[in-house]
Amino acid sequence: MLCVVRNALGQLAATLGFSEPDCRAVVLAVDEALTNIIRHAYLGDPDQPIEASFRRIHGPRDGQSGDALEIVLEDSGVTANPEKMCGRALEDVRPGGLGLHFIRECMDTVEFSRSNGRNQLRLVKNLHVQAPRKGS
Amino acid sequence: MQIAARHLDKTTIFDISGDIDLATSPQLRKALLRELRELKMPRVVLNLGAVRYMDSSGVASLVEGLKASRDVGSRLILYGLNKTIREVLQLSKLLKIFEIYENEEQSVAS
Repeated sequence: MLCVVRNALGQLAATLGFSEPDCRAVVLAVDEALTNIIRHAYLGDPDQPIEASFRRIHGPRDGQSGDALEIVLEDSGVTANPEKMCGRALEDVRPGGLGLHFIRECMDTVEFSRSNGRNQLRLVKNLHVQAPRKGS
Repeated sequence: MQIAARHLDKTTIFDISGDIDLATSPQLRKALLRELRELKMPRVVLNLGAVRYMDSSGVASLVEGLKASRDVGSRLILYGLNKTIREVLQLSKLLKIFEIYENEEQSVAS
């Protein structure tokens, strides 16, 4: 199912006007987040439910208004321990621990919370509109 | 993901296609470790030209393969990296750790 989500999300990001590199970044971040939920919250069971919502938001950013894509992922799995959500030093060349690093590198906002027995991960990617070329 | 193996002299070439992710990376890991640890091939080359996507579990499999190659004194070589794969390895700060070539000719001649 992950490949279905990746394909759909890539198309959504492109439709919203994200550049190709930003589309790839959004797809990678969400894929890694879903993988982490399956691995850690659901202890490797890929058949448990994950709720995902995607919406375009409009809000102040760096003193200016701008559009962004907000993605919220919710699961009912094991409580994530924020203290363990630190990834690893990249200088340490070994397998594992890269997923969270990818998410943080790819997204502008990464927020984790837990309420009513559910984990919630909120990701935001700002939409960078390219300035029109001079003379056009 | 699909993996097809070819053998040239003391080199194994894996032609990999599709997506390397949580579901498929164990298959890649298993193939790499078998070739390196069990068969002790002196050189294992991965043709990634037809790989559309790779996540951190795919990177982890490559790192395991790299470590195994160093343990047994063989070489793990990558070629055919597209933008997506390069970006993922760049994000991992691993582009300079792997031996990477543009094509198969350079990989087998190296």
